[in-house]
Amino acid sequence: MAANPGTPVGLNPNGRRARNAKAKRDATEARLAPLSPPEGPVWAADARAEALERVRAMGLPARSDEYWRYTDPSTLTGQGAPSAAPLGGDEGQVFGEVDALRIVFVDGVFDPGASGDLTVEGVEIARLADAADIHWARGLYGALEAAGQDPVDRPLAAFNTAFATDGVLIRATGRAARPIHLVYRHEDATSDAVLHHVVRVEEGAEVTVLETGPAAARFNKCLEVDVADRAAFHHVRAQGRDHDRRAATAMFARLGAEATYKSFTLTVNGVLTRNEHVVELSGDDAVAHVAGAAVGDGATGRFHHDDTVFVTHDAERCESRQVFKKVLRNGARGVFQGKILVREGAQKTDGYQISQSLLLDDDSQFLAKPELEIYADDVVCSHGSTSGAIDGTALFYLRSRGVPAEDAADLLTLAFLAEALEEIDDDALAADLRDRLAEWLTRRR
Amino acid sequence: MLEITNLHAALEEDGKPILKGVDLTVEDGKVHAIMGPNGSGKSTLSYVLAGRDGYEVTEGTAILGGEDVLGMEPEERAAGGLFLAFQYPVEIPGVGNMTFLRTAVNAQRKARGQEEMSSTDFLKLVREKARELDIDADMLKRPVNVGFSGGEKKRNEILQMAMLEPRMCVLDETDSGLDVDAMKLVAQGVNALREAGRSFLVITHYQRLLDHIRPDVVHIMADGRIVKTGGPELALEVENNGYSDILAEVA
Repeated sequence: MAANPGTPVGLNPNGRRARNAKAKRDATEARLAPLSPPEGPVWAADARAEALERVRAMGLPARSDEYWRYTDPSTLTGQGAPSAAPLGGDEGQVFGEVDALRIVFVDGVFDPGASGDLTVEGVEIARLADAADIHWARGLYGALEAAGQDPVDRPLAAFNTAFATDGVLIRATGRAARPIHLVYRHEDATSDAVLHHVVRVEEGAEVTVLETGPAAARFNKCLEVDVADRAAFHHVRAQGRDHDRRAATAMFARLGAEATYKSFTLTVNGVLTRNEHVVELSGDDAVAHVAGAAVGDGATGRFHHDDTVFVTHDAERCESRQVFKKVLRNGARGVFQGKILVREGAQKTDGYQISQSLLLDDDSQFLAKPELEIYADDVVCSHGSTSGAIDGTALFYLRSRGVPAEDAADLLTLAFLAEALEEIDDDALAADLRDRLAEWLTRRR
Repeated sequence: MLEITNLHAALEEDGKPILKGVDLTVEDGKVHAIMGPNGSGKSTLSYVLAGRDGYEVTEGTAILGGEDVLGMEPEERAAGGLFLAFQYPVEIPGVGNMTFLRTAVNAQRKARGQEEMSSTDFLKLVREKARELDIDADMLKRPVNVGFSGGEKKRNEILQMAMLEPRMCVLDETDSGLDVDAMKLVAQGVNALREAGRSFLVITHYQRLLDHIRPDVVHIMADGRIVKTGGPELALEVENNGYSDILAEVA
């Protein structure tokens, strides 16, 4: 296309777009050149090949992409993981009291010694790297990820489908006797892990999946969840506290009629975290709650945390809820990009979205981009976003009762996060996270 | 107990002087009342004593137990035995009342070099004190002051006072927003705490609270100073004649 006469080439948007596209293509090819998809399971080969084609077609993310404007993806897409020292400490004890099947990955590699037998009553469990040649996950692996690419590209998730070395395949056929706890340990300062899990919750079944730990210096994780009619999926995770770790995670969920999907994520520390959530309510009367709490301190390394959520209502009388809270200090940066799309015919939709940040100083920053796109006329959708400092009156009230200023600030910070933690249905899990958070806030000083 | 000498304080924001030389001594175990018209500086005095931001002390001292509290952090004043019952108790969503009480009690114990109270002892004590103030288990569980009625908020202030056992209690317009029954309940709570080692400074606009919390000494405050001091009869004089007569008399 010819530029308008007199328009300097550098300012021509079409020219810039073309150059960006070429740079992206070149960077993507350079990144993919040394890689080849892992072998097996045999039934995943086609899905992997198709995913690789998707990555090639859309290119790995770049700052010029609409949904990467606030988060620099270069260290997530580049060759090799930037170094991150494992923090150690009490990380491994999160949910340690919960009676769960623990499946342990160290730097993305399955650790059979530390893991339990892969059996839970009411659930079939296998590892991706070890799955049988004929498997229920065939046809599902990569399918929700592929469907979730429209209308927004999620190239890191497609990359994940193509190159995931392992993962867990979970099929709940009844009410799972206990939760499945994926424990991600991080020991190698330059580990670069790619894991892909698939969960299928059959009609009327119910399962809880827990995830804890930093996983690797750089972690790309994809979790696809197919929730059948009247089935329920619960998810609670605590991302690792290693200061320099990086993570790009994506969850893709599809809900049948009267299905329930509830996910909560706690993030404390980490130099860069991008958590994407793509939820499709495709059966009537389904309920999806997605929540997160993040706490970041720019003084202990940089902190950049990005929640990118896309909820699609494609059925009647469904309810969706997004609740995200971030506490930011010392130049920490938080991003929230949340969308509710209500398709034509999705009447009586109840959509809610709130994103809030507590900025503990003037250096920190919260960027929120709430979006509603509605094509049905009988719906209730609301969204809100706030940023604020600690309430000085409440702080004085606490101090006047003898609570030292720093403790009072911690108490108010916890109170701010409590609303997000309340989204967790299981009281014991919520209490565990609340207690850890209280400790971690105190120890920061 | 508390000896305030020539206290001057101004608003930090615009330097406007509010307290213009307050002199006041509250003896051990005594109840002093401060009355005065709106804008006389009564509430400011309570905030300055408790260490709230926004005020600058330009002159004077406030000695509690041998130490000037005016240079201390609010939490140090509290640990030193000063307690302010707020005119408008603050709502703190997300912080349970019980957590708040335990945190405060243990913070003060820690500051005084005492051991933290065990959760069993704490629970026992808080239940006992709450019962006396007609505070039910639900109020203890709820977030601090959130959804409390005016009376519940004030009773919650007195519960905190009972738990923290301060030696110098400042009550800022504790009767405001209360009906007679609620006021009686609050007054009962205060009277139960009266003892030789504990003094009170009761700030109020109306005499009616003083029917229930009997003061030993009554001060009239106007334009940032104590302008008249007397016995309980002074409160009755205000009740009958208003402030204008007294102010005219001292002018």
